[in-house]
Amino acid sequence: MLFANFDINYFIFGVMPYVALTVLIVGCIARYERDPFTWKSSSSQLLRRKQLIWGSVLFHVGILTVFFGHLIGLFTPLWLIDALGVPHGLKQWAAVVIGGAAGIAALIGATMLLHRRLFDPRIRIHSSFADILILGLIWLQLFVGLGTIILTLEHMDGVEMVRFMTWSQSVVMLKLNAWAQVVDVHWLYKFHILLGLIIVTLFPFTRLVHMISGLAAPFRYVLRPGYQLVRSRRKQTRPAHEPAE
Amino acid sequence: MKVRAQIGMVLNLDKCIGCHTCSVTCKNVWTSRDGVEYAWFNNVETKPGTGYPTDWENQARWNGGWVRTAAGKLQPKQGGKWRILANLFGNPSLPEIDDYYEPFDFDYDHLKSAPEMNAFPTARPRSKITGKRMEKIEKGPNWDEILGGEFAKRSEDYNFEGIQKEIYGEYENTFMMYLPRLCEHCLNPTCVASCPSGAIYKREEDGIVLIDQEKCRGWRMCVSGCPYKKVYYNWSTGKSEKCTLCYPRIESGNPTVCSETCVGRIRYLGVMLYDADKIEEAASVQNTTDLYDAQLGVFLDPHDPEVIAAAQANGVPQDWIKGAQNSPIWKMAMDWKVAFPLHPEYRTLPMVWYIPPLSPIQNAAEAGKIGSDGDMPDVKNLRIPVKYLANMLTAGDEAPVVTALERMLAMRSYMRAKTIEGVQDEAIAERVGLSGRMIEDMYKIMALADYEDRFVIPTTHREQVEEAYDLRGGCGFTDGNGCSSGISKGSLFGGSKKPLKMPTEVM
Repeated sequence: MLFANFDINYFIFGVMPYVALTVLIVGCIARYERDPFTWKSSSSQLLRRKQLIWGSVLFHVGILTVFFGHLIGLFTPLWLIDALGVPHGLKQWAAVVIGGAAGIAALIGATMLLHRRLFDPRIRIHSSFADILILGLIWLQLFVGLGTIILTLEHMDGVEMVRFMTWSQSVVMLKLNAWAQVVDVHWLYKFHILLGLIIVTLFPFTRLVHMISGLAAPFRYVLRPGYQLVRSRRKQTRPAHEPAE
Repeated sequence: MKVRAQIGMVLNLDKCIGCHTCSVTCKNVWTSRDGVEYAWFNNVETKPGTGYPTDWENQARWNGGWVRTAAGKLQPKQGGKWRILANLFGNPSLPEIDDYYEPFDFDYDHLKSAPEMNAFPTARPRSKITGKRMEKIEKGPNWDEILGGEFAKRSEDYNFEGIQKEIYGEYENTFMMYLPRLCEHCLNPTCVASCPSGAIYKREEDGIVLIDQEKCRGWRMCVSGCPYKKVYYNWSTGKSEKCTLCYPRIESGNPTVCSETCVGRIRYLGVMLYDADKIEEAASVQNTTDLYDAQLGVFLDPHDPEVIAAAQANGVPQDWIKGAQNSPIWKMAMDWKVAFPLHPEYRTLPMVWYIPPLSPIQNAAEAGKIGSDGDMPDVKNLRIPVKYLANMLTAGDEAPVVTALERMLAMRSYMRAKTIEGVQDEAIAERVGLSGRMIEDMYKIMALADYEDRFVIPTTHREQVEEAYDLRGGCGFTDGNGCSSGISKGSLFGGSKKPLKMPTEVM
């Protein structure tokens, strides 16, 4: 049998991260290059302001905090944390408090947005399948993520957290036996990771790509000299014989 | 001095009959698509009225245009760069589509497909957003046309500021005028300044302001940034769109669709040379009443040899300099001072200018009481209050508007004397600071308004910047997905497309 020694844990934690990251990177480049017209935030504020301002602000502030919390929390090397003298238990406490607060804000926001998307006729009719799917997945992911906090509170020594850190860091370091780290954790954590990998895989095919533009916007905009932009077809903006300014 | 050229427009409101031909031809060409059916790149408003979108002139509500900070610097009224970035998640100054109107269509098919009934079948309205029945249409693109509705509502018009407006609600004193509006293609556009993606830009060669559809990310800050509310968010594509000044026509020397089809021949297009280095200074003058004069100071005299030399050094083509010398815009804005920018107090330095309308003499029945200044009636007796026009065109400064109206009245008196009595009365011209020859020139351009006099548009010079031979056989406009066959069944990355229906084989 070909799949006789197929291990679902190996597939999800050993193989899927690489599939997801490859699809993410290749997909985003392909979309930006081939179909830049589809690269947008798809804002629906014009059609219905109600529930959008509060929902969107709560959701975005919450989820960005959670997102960067995960990035910093998972990918800061252990030796750096030890060198800085941060006890693992303290780090986990910080993660629970900051992540919990931001997660609740994001979940409230996501609930408002999901409700609006499903039950406002104007928004519903102009939502694509991908719009509803991705928002539903993110809502579920926030819900599950907050659920794992309850599990986490039962063991505040930071050991579980270190496993996830080791796993993520091993994945990006191409240490292919990384999956073994997370085989024994509670299934809810595993589900959270699986959902995360699915969202990463879907990223290039949904409106989530606006995240990249959103993260780039502050640099582009603030670093742009002044406010105005003029475009010219001329190869040189100023003729050579003109005196320098 | 950094000389640039811009295609400017003047609309002679004295001749606008409010027929909406400009709006309809524009819509048929540019915005008869999903997502922008509510958008009118050109619309005609009846004034006084709250306009489209409702109350657009109320910048305390919409935060469009610029403000001058205490330090004398300019920043968008909706906030500086960091403030705008902070509002990306939810833009507090963005109008909702109901502030324009919910777009609708009618069940025309029912008129022919209805079963036999006792009553005539009717075509009832249906929302173009949801496709559902609309029981009542609450608003349209020109909801207060010809003084529709009660005075209390239309007197919310911002231009009544500083006017005892109550008497204009009385039937005997009522007045109205038309205001066709399109993108102003400003020298200091707030939409460009508000775009975090850098997708909106002003073209160096002709000043047209455009939105790069491939770079637009739909952050919608331009919509709130523009004080004229002339950038529209396409809710179907998720990108912003605006008037393009029909640049493919302008590039080939043709007038815009709205200008070409104007039956009143009120629109003029021509080149203005301006000094790009002076824009910031002009837009930041302290008093809003100085903004009109400040903008006049940005324009460069195309007959001045120094300006011509600088223009050539800056790469302005020779026929564009010649176009600027023959520009009807220059004549009306600079020589005769009869055209004015729309709401200069927004500090955008707009480039679509307006000639204020004359209006019937107040209390014409009591003809004996008309205050008259020699042969000419006093402009203060015109039905449309000068203050109202000044609030619209000169940030409230009445003097320039009075001069313009007097010059237009003088033109009538002078030409009447000439054609009926056969007298060339230079005194009439001198009284308003003109000469008989200038008045006859005014008459030719403003009253006769021949096609060649209205539209002085030099063609663009692609040959200087592109290798035309390489473009030969190219694919022209596509939706950005390379040089495809033109029929696209949607892509992996979303966006359903309705394919062309191709004929299939039948036996």
